[in-house]
Formats: sequence, structure tokens, C-alpha cells
Amino acid sequence: MQMPKPDEAVIARRSDLVAAFREFLPASHVVVDEATLKAFESDGLTAYRQPPMIAVLPETTEEVSRILKLCREWGVKVVPRGSGTSLSGGALPLADGVLLGLGKFNQVLDIDYDNRTATVQPGVTNLAITHAVEGEGFYYAPDPSSQIACSIGGNVAENSGGVHCLKYGLTTNNILGIEMVTIDGEVLRIGGKHLDAEGYDLLGIMTGSEGLLGVVTEVTVRILRKPETVRALLVGFPTVEQGGDCVGRIIAAGIIPAGMEMMDKPAIHAAEAFCHAGYPLDVEAILIIELDGPEAEVDHLTEIVSGICNDSGAVSVRVSATEAERMNFWAGRKAAFPAIGRISPDYYCMDGTIPRRQLPLVLKRMAEMAEKHGLGVANVFHAGDGNLHPLILYDANMPGELERAEEFGSDILKLCVEVGGVLTGEHGVGVEKRDLMPEMFTEVDLNQQQRLKCAFDPDGLLNPGKVFPTLHRCAELGRMHIHRGQMPFPDLPRF
Amino acid sequence: MTAQDFKPASEEHLAEVVAFAVAAQQPLELIGRGSKRGFGRATQAAGQLDLSGFSGISMYEPDELVMTAGPATPLAEIEAALAAENQELAFEPPHMGHMQANAVTDGSIGGVFACNLAGPRRFKAGSARDHLLGFRGVSGRGEVFKSGGRVVKNVTGYDLCKLMCGSFGTLAALTEVTFKVLPRAEKIWTVLAFGLTAGEAVQAMAAAAGSPHDVTGLCHLPEAVAARSSVDFVSGAAASVTAFRVEGPAPSVVHRAAALQATLGTAPGIEVLHSHRSVTFWREVRDVAPLLDSEGTFGNPLWRLSVTPTRGGQTMHDILEQVSGRGMLDWAGGQIWLGLDAGAEDGGVAPIRAVMDGGHATLIRGAADLRARVPVFQPQSAPLAALTQRIKDGFDPKGILNPGRMVEGV
Ligand SMILES: Cc1cc2nc3c(=O)[nH]c(=O)nc-3n(C[C@H](O)[C@H](O)[C@H](O)COP(=O)(O)OP(=O)(O)OC[C@H]3O[C@@H](n4cnc5c(N)ncnc54)[C@H](O)[C@@H]3O)c2cc1C
Repeated sequence: MQMPKPDEAVIARRSDLVAAFREFLPASHVVVDEATLKAFESDGLTAYRQPPMIAVLPETTEEVSRILKLCREWGVKVVPRGSGTSLSGGALPLADGVLLGLGKFNQVLDIDYDNRTATVQPGVTNLAITHAVEGEGFYYAPDPSSQIACSIGGNVAENSGGVHCLKYGLTTNNILGIEMVTIDGEVLRIGGKHLDAEGYDLLGIMTGSEGLLGVVTEVTVRILRKPETVRALLVGFPTVEQGGDCVGRIIAAGIIPAGMEMMDKPAIHAAEAFCHAGYPLDVEAILIIELDGPEAEVDHLTEIVSGICNDSGAVSVRVSATEAERMNFWAGRKAAFPAIGRISPDYYCMDGTIPRRQLPLVLKRMAEMAEKHGLGVANVFHAGDGNLHPLILYDANMPGELERAEEFGSDILKLCVEVGGVLTGEHGVGVEKRDLMPEMFTEVDLNQQQRLKCAFDPDGLLNPGKVFPTLHRCAELGRMHIHRGQMPFPDLPRF
Repeated sequence: MTAQDFKPASEEHLAEVVAFAVAAQQPLELIGRGSKRGFGRATQAAGQLDLSGFSGISMYEPDELVMTAGPATPLAEIEAALAAENQELAFEPPHMGHMQANAVTDGSIGGVFACNLAGPRRFKAGSARDHLLGFRGVSGRGEVFKSGGRVVKNVTGYDLCKLMCGSFGTLAALTEVTFKVLPRAEKIWTVLAFGLTAGEAVQAMAAAAGSPHDVTGLCHLPEAVAARSSVDFVSGAAASVTAFRVEGPAPSVVHRAAALQATLGTAPGIEVLHSHRSVTFWREVRDVAPLLDSEGTFGNPLWRLSVTPTRGGQTMHDILEQVSGRGMLDWAGGQIWLGLDAGAEDGGVAPIRAVMDGGHATLIRGAADLRARVPVFQPQSAPLAALTQRIKDGFDPKGILNPGRMVEGV
């Protein structure tokens, strides 16, 4: 993975820059010692490591604004960071860059139950939002598995999802407003407590922009009332095809469950060995289907969904009778990553999305690839929306295995695109999938996306080296080839 | 050279047309079906770009909840195809031609996305922007490009689908849209509470929206507006009507309607609309029908305000103290519709925007000279306006596509 070449001239001015930061930041909030900088050297994608030149830890929007302004003036690159759980290397630092950590932005600013909103600083963790409002019976719906650690600012930057986004949407569908700072140091407010922001949808653009367009310093999210009843079904299938078919039939029956998660045989066995959730071991796939709402609705839907499962060839259907049993059904799924970690020294988590009906084909081809690369793979799958998380098993201490795992991973993602899907469903492009972007997009597509970046960040100082395989100067992207002005298709009728 | 009109038949042809327009410095007004030509500022374009060639449903997979269509496909055609599979567009786009008193009442699916429309279910299900999954189009550079895909979970690159929604054709001429569709509810009931003041209604709607009863429509019609509904229980109420919609499987709807009625127990009067009347009523609310027809109000200013929901009642009241007209609340108070009487100075723009504290006001319908004179969309702060201009320049540097439709120069 090639990162932008460090600018020696910038590195040479490091101590001047530190002094300039310390003019408005407490000395301890400008990190320069090697040992502390090392703590920021990678995010959740630990295969890549690079300590930053300097780390700054601002506490106020004003400080963020001054930091960015200074970096713009000095031509210094900036990498924003929330909790550092990105699985695509989005927060990977640069040797000649400033790492801007938002951990000190950890306050819940406003909770408004009548308007069903919470306004928080970006460093607040996803789960802390729910904790802040659950006393009144509310919650924040998007629930990435990393929710105990990941920050809401990171969620906005990655447009994170969770097991409940089938019914409740991704981050982008659950935020109403942000405050952000541009690389010029300008503070912009977009949206608020009203439902749609005016003008171009900058909120939509910022969500999922991976720290390349601006730094988010405040977020207003939608909070929802907790459903009265939640129930889960644990369903075993003799083949993956039947499990996939069942998902399609449930949706075709007009039912959108709160969540529908699938695990394949290797994942089931690893999870069961790890936490004894009581998963059936004689099946090829399990589905966990969660239904929520008023009790009358959940009762009614449980009956219909159980019937569909049986008709689809399920060999076992268990309905949670208690909250403890429901949590137990989920325990194995939620512990899937550590469970895999126990059966394999290392694993590499992929994140493609496919049209759901392609699942059997994709799993079959994946098994063939596993054989070719000589590595194992286990699958957990947000089945309702086609988001696949293959976990590739490898051993980093065996020479060549990491490279093989990466090759296997990119083969899987190419396959996702080939069958009509996409490279990443929720983890982001980052550095990890950057060079695969041309699998999905033409050069024209990618240049058009970069022109949007130019509108925000004309010098390309925010998180360079992520998302785009080739960096172009904005002046070059702005150039236009003007045709000679001939009438197009002169033989066609005009009006 | 005199202005030319174009009707491209293919994406390639469209790209040629735009490239030609760039070279000839001839801006173009984009037209799908023309139902919303009176919405927005008058475009500063001499020629027309007729996009009606990009019509028809090319892919629909009900069990994958996805459809692909040409942007000029009539909304009615899309809705009919979905209804045949018991599905719908969950964001309930209004049929805006009605509001425009336009000869073409039925708009196109592309227009729905370009204007980012949404109906009463907005506060629960999102807007058009929450449902567009992918598109193809031609930028103002004359280049064919695409973004997104056909799956819901997708974070590959910037989410340009969001940017296209609500850009009013100022960034690209779309040639294909792919969007999410959802099952239609089995049963639709509406609990009506009569005689609440706007302030009481906003409180009751906030309580319902924050209840576990999963309400999917919350609107308030003052008495004079309710009287113009075609639904007998509403027009005959002789009082204001506050409506609470519950949808879903039958046992759930029955249970939730009863629970809502119990919480509204103290209201002066309660009624429940069953399926057929419910559907008619919410269609009227979606299309703002009770503020429109009769009494020859067409041509008068119609405004849409997006505000913090709990401020809706007070904001509507304060504005109508200063300008004469009628209003109604949707989205639990978060959307205010105002139909003003003729004669309001500058269509009421000054008092409306002065009363508002946050949010935005859009002139949905007004005479051409009014729309040329007052900012149709809420004016932006200088830094946001500058950013908007830079985004436009990145997609359409020569100002070929619908220039001036939103803001002068953009
Ligand atoms: C065990 C595990 C499970 C996970 N499960 C899920 C899951 O179920 N669903 C899912 O979607 N993701 C999941 N993730 C991925 C990750 O947690 C999310 O992407 C998360 O949103 C990252 O948040 P963060 O605060 O850690 O951001 P970081 O990793 O610090 O940063 C991520 C990106 O956001 C940018 N950024 C961070 N904060 C800001 C800000 N304030 N302003 C601008 N840019 C900013 C960074 O520059 C970087 O590009 C998982 C990760 C792990 C380790």
C-alpha cells in the first residue's frame, strides 16, 4: 500500500509547528513524544502502522478551527481520529501529518425528548448516547458491534451500520444536524432539530466522507422510543441456499424484521465453542431473526415468520421465551469475531455487499477461493440487507499468509462487485479498499467524486491517501475539454 | 445563435448535447414531465433539455426491495407497479403537480428525487434522499458518471445520491435511478382528536411520536382547513382535527389505535378512520389538498416550512398574525404548510423568515414575478453559499444545467 510521499520540508518544520500549536493549546494537548505517538499508529486495521508527526487533542470547536487554519496555512496534512476502531485504515496517520484526536469532545450537550433528538460532541461513544436516554425509554438505533468503543463522530465519518439497520437505517438516516469545521477553519452548521436541511444535502455528503471533507465537532441524532417487546428466533437450515431463500420469503411476505443475521457452519462452530449459545451444530446455516414492536404485533409476526421458516426447510426453529434467552441467541453472533480469534491466530474481516439472491453463488465461489489461497473462511452476514462479513483465517507469523489473506480478501470484494454488489457496506474504503475502487468506478466517476472534495479541501490536506487510488490536483480536475461546438446528432429532430 | 431545444434518446446522445451546450455557452432547462416547472426560481436558460426519453422501469425485484427506472418514468406508473406487489415508496412523495395547478399533475420519479420530496411519513421513514441507492447521469461537463449501486448497505466513496437529491437538476441530468422500495402496510387506521388548539396538538403529537405505538403520520388541520377535506369525519368535525396514523399487521394496528385513544382520552372528541378513509385523508395531507382547491386560491403563495417540531404550532400562529392565509401542520409539527391570501406583500416572505428561528422556508408555488423577486429557498450564510457555489462548479463549471433554479448563479 503506497501512501503519499512524506514531505521532508514539512517534517523539518515540526518543532515550529509544535510551538505554533502550543500558543493556543495546553502543552499536554500537543503530543510529540514517541511513546505516546505510538498509541495512535494504527486503528482497527492493525496490519498498517505509522506514527503521526504530531498529535493534537483539542477540547473546543474554536481550537479545532485554529488547528485546521494553521495546517492549511502551513500546508500540513491532517488525519481526524475518533476512537480508532476503523476497520479500513481510515484513521491511519501520516509521517508528515498531524493527527487530530477528538477524544476530548466527550460531552452530551442536549437531550430533547419532545423532539426526539440528542445533541452530542463527536467523541461520545455510540453506546453512551443510548445510555444517556434509556432512562426515559429511548435509544439511538444504529448499533455497530463496536458501539461500546466507537465514537459518534467516527460513525458519521464512516456511515456506520449495525444489526438493526435493516429496519432502522444507517447513521445517515438517523442524524439531523452537525457542526463541522472546514480546512479553512470555517465553522459550519448544517441542519438542526428540523427534519431536512436546506440547499444541497451537505449532511448526506459529510456522512460517510471518511474524514476527507471536514472535521465534525457536534452531532444531533434522532432518538427512538424503545419497542415494547423484542423477540428473537434462532433457525437452523440444512443448506445455506434454504436460509437465503427464507430471508427472501420473509421480505416478500411484507415483513421487515428488526434484524436478520446469518452465520455459516464455520462461524457457528467457532461461536458455539466460544460461548455455548446453544446453536445447532448439525446445520449449514443459522438465521437469527429479531422482531420488535407492540406485543400483539410480535406475537402475530412470530407465528407467520415461524411458518415461513418451516416452509423454507428449517430443521430447527426456536423462539426466545425470555429476555435472557434472546440475549443468548445473540451472544454467539456478537462474539463471532473473538470466537474466530480463538480458532485462528489472526483473521481479516471483509465487508462487501451483494444482492441477497446472489448469496449461494457467492458462498460457493468463496469456498473455491479459500481452497485456491489455502486459507479458511467463516461468514457472518447481515442477511436482510446483503452485507457480507467473511472472516479470513490466517497466521501473520507464517511468511506470506498475510499477503495471501489480502489477496483472498480482494478476490472476494471483486466478486461482490461482479454480482452487482459493492466493495464496502459499512466499514469504509480507507486505505484498505482504496486500490480496488476502479473495480466499481470509472476514472470519470472517481474524478467527479474528487471534484467534490476540491470544493471542501482544494489543497487535499484532509486525510490524503484514503479512498482515492490516484490523487489529482484540483486545478487539473477543474480543467475542461471543450468540444468544437458542432451540433450533436444533426439528423435528429429538434423542437 | 438562437437557443436550441433537445430531446436526447440515449445517454451518449445526452452527453453530446451537454458538451455542445458547453461549447455554445447555452444553458439548458431540464424537463422530465414538467409537473414542477413552477417550483423554484425561473431557470436562467434559453433552451430546453427534454429528458422524457429516459422513461420506463428497467428492473424491479420485489423480494430484494429494489427498483431501477428512467427518471422521466411517471410517478403513477412506479406506484402502480409497486402496488401490484403490495409495495410502495415508503416516503410517500407528494404529487406536486396538484400544488402547482399544473396541467401535468403527475410528476416523474426523477423529479421526486431531484426535489427531495417526502410526504407525511417523513419523520418516520425518511425522505427521497433516504431511498435513492444509485444513479447514472451526465454532469455539466458533458461526462457520463454514476454513483451508488443497487444495495442499501453501501459506503463505497462519497454518497453522491444524497447530493443529487434536492439539487433540482443543477448538478447533473439523471438518466437512471435505482431506489429502495418497501412493503405496504396491511392495515391503515387513523385516530382523530377534535378541537385541539395548535399548541395542544403539537404536545399531543410529540407525545405520540415518543410513544411505543409506532405512529407513522401526525398532522394538525385547523377547523377552516379540516372543513375542506373530502373525508366526511374530517370535514364534518366543525373543529380542528389532529390525526394520528397507525399502520401494520391488523392485530397490531387495532391494539395501537386503542392505546392511542386511551392516551388522548381527555380530548374533546375522538374518532377512528378505517382503511379507505385513512388512505384518502393522508393522500390529501400529502398533496396539501385542503389548502389548495376551491375558492380560486391557485396562484397565491404556498409555503413549506421545516422547523423544530415542537415550535410548529407557535411559528404558524405567529406568522398568520401578520399575514392572512391558512396553515396546517404535518410531521408532528416539523412541517408547516401555509397557503397565503393574495395581496400579501412579496408573498409574505419577510414576516415568514423573520418569525422563524432556525429551519427553513421554501416558496412552493408563486407567480413567476414573485419567484424572480424573492428568494424561493432559504438564503444561506455566506460560507455555506460559497461552498454551494464551489460544489456546483465541480459538477457544472459553465453553468449549463438549470442555472439559477435554486439560487442566482448556481
Ligand atoms: C470489533 C469491531 C466491530 C465493528 N463492528 C462494526 C459494525 O458492526 N458496523 C460498522 O459499521 N462498523 C463496525 N466497526 C468499524 C468501526 O467501529 C466504525 O467504522 C466506527 O464508526 C469508527 O468509529 P471511530 O470513532 O473508531 O472512528 P476512527 O476509527 O477513529 O475513524 C474512522 C474514520 O473517521 C474519521 N473521523 C473520526 N472522527 C471524525 C470526526 N469527528 N470528524 C471527521 N472525521 C472523523 C477518521 O479520519 C477516519 O477516517 C467495527 C470495528 C471493530 C474493531
